[in-house]
Amino acid sequence: MRQFSTASSPFSIPETRVNKIMRDVLLALIPGTAAAIYFFGWGVLVNMLIASVVAMGTEAIMLSLRHRPIKPYLSDYSVLVTAWLLALALPQLAPWWLTTLATGFAVVFGKHLYGGLGFNPFNPAMVGYVVAIISFPREMTQWVPPQTLAGFDHLGLMDTLKVIFAGVPPEGMSWDSISMATPLDTMKTQLGLELSIKDIHDSKTYGPMFGAISGIGWEWINGLFLLGGLWLAFKKVLDWRIPAGLLGMLFLLSNGFALYDYASFPAPTFELFSGGIMLGAFFIATDPVTAATTSKGRWIYGMGIGFFIFIIRTWGGYPDGIAFAVLLMNLSTPLLDYYTMPRAFGHSWKEFTHHHKKGPEE
Amino acid sequence: MSRLLDHLSHFHGGLELDYHKDMSTQSPIEKAELPPELILPVHQHIGDAGEILVNVGERVLKGQPLTRTDAYVSAPVHAPSSGTVREIGERPVPHPSRLSALCITIDTDGKDEWAELSGCEDYTEFNPIEIRNRVRKAGIVGMGGAAFPTAVKLNISAHRIDTLILNGAECEPYISCDDMLMREQFAEVVQGAEIMMHALEARECLIAVEDNKPIAIRNLTDYVKQNRLNHIQVVKIPSRYPTGGEKQLIKVLTGEEVPSSGLPADIGLVVQNIATAVAVYNAIVYGRPLISRIVTVTGSGVEQPRNLEVLIGTPMGPLIEQCGGYTDEAGSLIMGGPMMGFAMQTDYLPVIKGCNCLLVQPPVQQPTAMPCIRCGACASACPASLLPQQLYWHASSRNFDVVQDYNLFDCIECGCCAAVCPSHIPLVQYYRFAKTEIWHQERERQKSDHARQRHEFRLQRLDNEKRERDERLRKKKEALAKKQSSSADDPKKAAIAAAMKRVQEKKAAADNQPSNTENLNPAQQQQINDADQRRQQGKPESSSES
Repeated sequence: MRQFSTASSPFSIPETRVNKIMRDVLLALIPGTAAAIYFFGWGVLVNMLIASVVAMGTEAIMLSLRHRPIKPYLSDYSVLVTAWLLALALPQLAPWWLTTLATGFAVVFGKHLYGGLGFNPFNPAMVGYVVAIISFPREMTQWVPPQTLAGFDHLGLMDTLKVIFAGVPPEGMSWDSISMATPLDTMKTQLGLELSIKDIHDSKTYGPMFGAISGIGWEWINGLFLLGGLWLAFKKVLDWRIPAGLLGMLFLLSNGFALYDYASFPAPTFELFSGGIMLGAFFIATDPVTAATTSKGRWIYGMGIGFFIFIIRTWGGYPDGIAFAVLLMNLSTPLLDYYTMPRAFGHSWKEFTHHHKKGPEE
Repeated sequence: MSRLLDHLSHFHGGLELDYHKDMSTQSPIEKAELPPELILPVHQHIGDAGEILVNVGERVLKGQPLTRTDAYVSAPVHAPSSGTVREIGERPVPHPSRLSALCITIDTDGKDEWAELSGCEDYTEFNPIEIRNRVRKAGIVGMGGAAFPTAVKLNISAHRIDTLILNGAECEPYISCDDMLMREQFAEVVQGAEIMMHALEARECLIAVEDNKPIAIRNLTDYVKQNRLNHIQVVKIPSRYPTGGEKQLIKVLTGEEVPSSGLPADIGLVVQNIATAVAVYNAIVYGRPLISRIVTVTGSGVEQPRNLEVLIGTPMGPLIEQCGGYTDEAGSLIMGGPMMGFAMQTDYLPVIKGCNCLLVQPPVQQPTAMPCIRCGACASACPASLLPQQLYWHASSRNFDVVQDYNLFDCIECGCCAAVCPSHIPLVQYYRFAKTEIWHQERERQKSDHARQRHEFRLQRLDNEKRERDERLRKKKEALAKKQSSSADDPKKAAIAAAMKRVQEKKAAADNQPSNTENLNPAQQQQINDADQRRQQGKPESSSES
């Protein structure tokens, strides 16, 4: 008689693991990140490093405070994804303490106080970003102009470190000479001053920052994030419905308004390739923990984010609205999941719709 | 008109798996050696266990019934070979609970002597009821694993069945017993199907086989063609797990969905397993009860994987020996397939009617589970269109009402969700746990309802008794009070009162005499006399009185 080990079926071990998913996400971020570094210099990299170190450290501390094993959770890379997304969303010359604060807040309040990976209702990176932009609006404007723009030189590594860590511009330079409003911000401000889009494009001051599609540099960054995102969608690491809903809705709205009044509403291509849209659509909105889980729910979730982005960009107080749009839709996921439950096998549509009319509380 | 679609339908989700079936199909089915002992659990099927007919020390013949049963959902067990009953008692059986169960152990005598059998070459001589009874007496149960009594599934009384489906999908990896049976005994498969069609009065039969079994498909198709069996159709279906699930198979073939809490019969269909068809054939044509089955012995832990024809009750150890023994990799022994089978602790367990495969694998690993990240891979894989991550969430928080809202009981425990979960959460375990808990609660609730009813009834009874007692007491008291009030007065007075009463009574008696008979005139007197006379004669007269 021979003895055997036992367990519960199924006995196959899945090939994918959480850390593999997160690693793929990090890999897919590389092309867009490389473009960001190319156009905006060392600041991007420094931010990412600061965010990564702070995120890993905070995660380790929180895990030990929560009496969780540190190694398996740290090596799932989920906190690195949060750190990178947050760093890519911050201005390149954001002071070190702001990046630290935002990242720390994201990990502690956005993630662990809710119970850690899988239990947080809000996207941690966006929680950190929103805290930063609400609390420190001035520091959140320290964007640098793209290096291909005439008249600006890239800051060197030492100068960048000095700006980020000491908070002072390099000798002989002013804040104004090293930082500049983003194309999205410029567009919003100037449109607010009753200028038409043509006026803005033709202006000597602002014209040069716009490229063929959107802002110089930004179009490339968005294009490469789109590429990385498509790769993830192809590998089924992310659900294509969310970015499709988001970009589709944003396109529909911006196209509609641009057709209605092309002088005051930017073209859909500008909207789609400006700011953090592709990063948001493929990497932030698709965070499975905080997104809806049903197919239909994911469509609605993505479309909702696209809707709020357009509203905030056009009539809201911020040039880009991704973080707020994502958080707003995060709030609605439990409801979306319940009301978009698929019809289970063998259930009639009649009983299915009846069940759904009843609602979750009864 | 056939229920078969022009273009096969498909069900949501499912997985493409590595099948590893070639491993065990390289050599033909081989007869397993007669073991020195046969261990027969009395209860090998869904439903009630039978009543034991034999005693310890009794000699039994091959095919002799060991149990009998009157229950509708039940099946008897037969002696798979001749020998002597050595023991009747609790023994470990292959069951996920790992509990022991009542078994009859037979020491075989090597003579393999048959009991008298009665079969019939021409099954059409039997009517459907007779066929059902014979299938029932033969102890045939669904041989795909569930072991549901076949006779019950052949009972059409409540439904009109137009199509019989033979399930030759065999979608679980490694298992090839149905494949080999279809390759080698295709004639018996088809004839078994015809017998069942006769019993069901079905018009057509679809034999569905996954496209990874080309030889089986060819052999069956050729046989059906050669014999011009136009009412039987062999259907090649795509290999996708779990197409062999009854409801999934029906969806693929007919595009219809069996209602959630219903049976295939509700939509005019019956699904039977390939091996069951062969068992029915043997039972009707040769009168042989179900005493053996084909078992796939396979996996990287077996030297020479193959299919064996095994007597029910044969211990598993010797079967592995016959297949060359264990390899160094052997670390787990699974009954059934890798997706839905269960791991056994030892190989000293008998093969039962529902045992289609013995899979010997490296030791099973349960990787540490990470938290669910709600990625939804499980929902995409679920063939029942459920939301496994929500089920998991609510099951793990013991939210049993909500879990039923999410249709937990539509889960077929196929394991697709767990097989794709990147967090390696043993999802199916949670669903089994939740189901068991809900059943338990349901039983408890019924019990407590019953107890409460009994309690309420008892309270009511006590209350009634008390009320009756009180009533009696009150009456008694009143009577007593009356008596006391009367007897409390002066005895003289009482005597006077009594005397007065007596006088009054006498007087009343005197007063009761009729007083209107004095001073009558003769005519009146005459009328009275006449009336008295009529009364005596009992003759009513209508016109008498003024």
